[in-house]
Amino acid sequence: MIVASRAGHAALALAALAVALMPLWASGYHVQLASTALVAAMFALSLQLLVGAAGMVSLGHAAFFGIGAYAVHLLPAGLSILFTLPASALLAAAAALPVGALSLRTRGFFFLMTTLAFGQMLFFLFHDTPLGGGKDGVFVSRPALEAFGFAFEVPRRSRPTVLLLLNLGVLAAMYAGLAALMGTLFGHALRGIRENEDRMRALGYDTRRVKLAAFVLAGALAGVAGHMSAMTEAFVNPELLGWHRSAEGLLMILLGGLGALHGPILGAAAFVGLGEAATLLTERRRLVEGLVILAVVLVLPRGLAGLRLGLLRRREPAPVAAAAAEP
Amino acid sequence: MRDSANTPVPRRGLVALAGAAVLAEALPPRPALAQGGPLRVGLMLPFSGTFAALGENIAAAFEMHLAERGGRMGGRPVQIIRLDDESNPANAVQNVNRLVSRDRAEALVGTVHSGVVMALVQAARERGVPLIIPNAGNVAATRELCSPTVFRTSFSNWQPAYGMGLALGKQGAKRAAWVTWDYAAGNEAGEGFRQGLAAGGGEVVRELKLPFPETNFQPLLAQIPGLSLDAVGSFFAGGGAVQFVREYAAAGLKERVPLCGSGFLTEGTLQAQGAAAEGIRTALHYGDGLDNPKNTAFRRAFRERANRDADVYAVQGYDAAQLLGIGLDAVRGDISAEKELTRAMRGARVDSPRGAFTLSPSHNPVQNIYLREARSGENRVVGVAAEALADPGTGCRMS
Amino acid sequence: MDVSGLLAQVLNGLQYGLLLFLISSGLTLVFGVMGVINLAHGSLFMIGAYAAFAITRLTGALWLALPAAVAGGLLFGALLERVLFRRFYRREHLDQVLLTFALILLFEEARSALLGNDFHSVPAPAVLDFSVPVTAAFSYSAYRLAVLAVCLLVAVLMFLGIERTRLGSAVRAAAEKPEMVELLGLDARRIHMVVFAVGTALAMLAGALAAPLQSVYPNMGDGFLIVSFVVVVVGGVGSVAGAFWGALLIGLVDTLGKAYVPGAAGLAVYVLMAAVLLWRPGGLFARGA
Repeated sequence: MIVASRAGHAALALAALAVALMPLWASGYHVQLASTALVAAMFALSLQLLVGAAGMVSLGHAAFFGIGAYAVHLLPAGLSILFTLPASALLAAAAALPVGALSLRTRGFFFLMTTLAFGQMLFFLFHDTPLGGGKDGVFVSRPALEAFGFAFEVPRRSRPTVLLLLNLGVLAAMYAGLAALMGTLFGHALRGIRENEDRMRALGYDTRRVKLAAFVLAGALAGVAGHMSAMTEAFVNPELLGWHRSAEGLLMILLGGLGALHGPILGAAAFVGLGEAATLLTERRRLVEGLVILAVVLVLPRGLAGLRLGLLRRREPAPVAAAAAEP
Repeated sequence: MRDSANTPVPRRGLVALAGAAVLAEALPPRPALAQGGPLRVGLMLPFSGTFAALGENIAAAFEMHLAERGGRMGGRPVQIIRLDDESNPANAVQNVNRLVSRDRAEALVGTVHSGVVMALVQAARERGVPLIIPNAGNVAATRELCSPTVFRTSFSNWQPAYGMGLALGKQGAKRAAWVTWDYAAGNEAGEGFRQGLAAGGGEVVRELKLPFPETNFQPLLAQIPGLSLDAVGSFFAGGGAVQFVREYAAAGLKERVPLCGSGFLTEGTLQAQGAAAEGIRTALHYGDGLDNPKNTAFRRAFRERANRDADVYAVQGYDAAQLLGIGLDAVRGDISAEKELTRAMRGARVDSPRGAFTLSPSHNPVQNIYLREARSGENRVVGVAAEALADPGTGCRMS
Repeated sequence: MDVSGLLAQVLNGLQYGLLLFLISSGLTLVFGVMGVINLAHGSLFMIGAYAAFAITRLTGALWLALPAAVAGGLLFGALLERVLFRRFYRREHLDQVLLTFALILLFEEARSALLGNDFHSVPAPAVLDFSVPVTAAFSYSAYRLAVLAVCLLVAVLMFLGIERTRLGSAVRAAAEKPEMVELLGLDARRIHMVVFAVGTALAMLAGALAAPLQSVYPNMGDGFLIVSFVVVVVGGVGSVAGAFWGALLIGLVDTLGKAYVPGAAGLAVYVLMAAVLLWRPGGLFARGA
């Protein structure tokens, strides 16, 4: 998996700027839609750490997203976001640790099935027990925007704008952190595992421990995404944990491109845009989504980022050749 | 028949309208709109999915009342914007956003699914948009989550079950079990059944539950013979109710321990349940053979207009339109006069086909709960289980 | 605990488990032989159930639905294999997941367009529309007993087919050592198509059998898909015997859990799965385990 080039980062920064300025040029509805897309991008990005970096396809990842969201409900109301955000991440990580430890005893499609089953178990925990308020979901009060004694009161009118900027900031931080992580020894170990796990083990890596670390970290980041979802929508329900959402995350990754760290961000934008276009055009949204997925897996297996990669390749042969060698 | 018969807006037109709304939103709000232009009412209901038939009946009856008023409320033409919520809670917040922010609905009516309705309640509370719930019975909407702008013309899950429990106790049942899906609606109804039965002198000795929406009832049914019961009360709806009633009979329990329940156990399902449902008693705020002039006229008109028979859902949709009409008439169409609007709606006496009702302090109908018996494909009203029953409204503090 | 109640519950568990076996045996064979994860397997179950509903409504006879589900399933499975799945055997799991996720969406949409979105009940055949007393106070519907018998019959046929026929031994070889197939000079393409077609037919047959027990409703395959995965994980991939014993175990644990430990009922099968993963990560009946 590659991290975008300098030119790529400049393009990403420009896109971020355009999003940040949306309240000036777009309607209130589209500002809210952008927030939804940003949260989806966080979720897909956290999943990319498993799928793109380490080649672990999980179908239970939405469970950690949902736990992060439900953490906002389970914590007392009125706390500062500086407390609730890390708490969501920790809670999601705490759930990811046993699930990962058990699931990673298996590989390949066994891993896929196990994560799916455990994900559904957590879904049922919120769906069928009073723990999270039951299947209908509950309202949550948004964590307070206060830090070091300064409280930031948001008037109702400007709330969408504030949430947009907040989501953009969290996504940017998440992306920067993961980009840095990919350059570390840990990042290299993950890539090595994706290419050839046995070789990495022969080289003396405790591959299961590396994978577990990635699983827990990805869970924590999904928890952050879930936290921002609860903060944005002020409403949580068990569907947040359902496996369909996990599959949608995988779809965003595939749409955006498996090979690039920024792929999921493009993919999430494309996915949300696609859903919006589909509801405007037809009442059969599933039909449109299904056909688009089919088209992508049949003819565009490298995703949108793959398209861009092809364009870049001609201009900058050297760095991309190394990346293209990766599966 | 997707859009209002009075102000027909074809689907493409709606898209264009949405586009125009997007452009208009960048401009400062124009007060003139509040006076002359049409009033946009968002109908967020299931038009596809398991509950599509319910959504269609609610919408058809709502539009029927609007047509009776010449398409106007409080002197302003009303434009209906339909949005299919698919009974999918995962998209609920997004869908409400579409109605309120994109299509700029000024009043909301919806919905059937008790999870989806939460997103509507939230919008009503957060943005002050008036909401009328034409079906979903979550008690919370008119208890701890009550709000000056949230109204309901249907029922709380507690109400029919309380009536059933009360009637059962008065008939002398001492020991009963409660069977339901383990989810909010089933448990809220269970609470009503327990309290009603206690008020009538009986007791719920066991609750048997299975996860929603599973239909593997056998493990529960097999426990019933060992409990020496006088009756079994239950809350199921739709296909689950069909399956449950049939398996209850197939297990040979129907003759030994009479089955009864909240009215949804046999609502719209009698044909599929067949002989297994014959004689089952249920309680609901509506029923077949309810003899009052309003009901007769309503059923005839609905039959003519929609080409199918009215049901309890149509009644609830019709009353939602009546309630909104009463409110808008009081403020002469100026929906921004939130205080006066909600005061008029709160004090309304709705001349419903089910019998006139008023609203409780927490905005839930104070209504008769009828005792019905399933007989050859109809839920015949055989008496009143609880007269002018109000939901307790526990925990409601109107801000 | 009353003994007659327990007897009824065990019967319930066996009946549920055998139905699960029909679904998960196809799933485990497709995994084992082709290495494909088919999330749409639950949708095939749904299609079988809706087919039974449609046929019963048109002809009034569920009897016709069973052979129709098997024949239709064989054809449909062969078609799916030929047109779509064949291209995906060597693709990454991610592609397989998304392909089959897309199929779920498309199958559900087709179901919605053709038969609507209502919950429908399907009457059991009139001949079997009576109850058999199993204990003094509790009866069991004759149709449930018939389903139990049909499932057992299918299980026996499958064992015979796999153990006693040439094609069966080829499938067994393919499931155990996929790379051996070509070496032995077997026609891998034919084996793949047969396995996929049989798996599809079994899932659709299960759906048709279950229709009068479950009713039919949108997304009804979802729950069965997840539980079938648990069965495969517990039983061991590629093993029909594993799927059989795994399905019975899960059926009993789930049913008895619901009857005697209400509250934690839904979680029982997952706890079992976690225990199996800790103890024998390859599954209880994995080859060589």
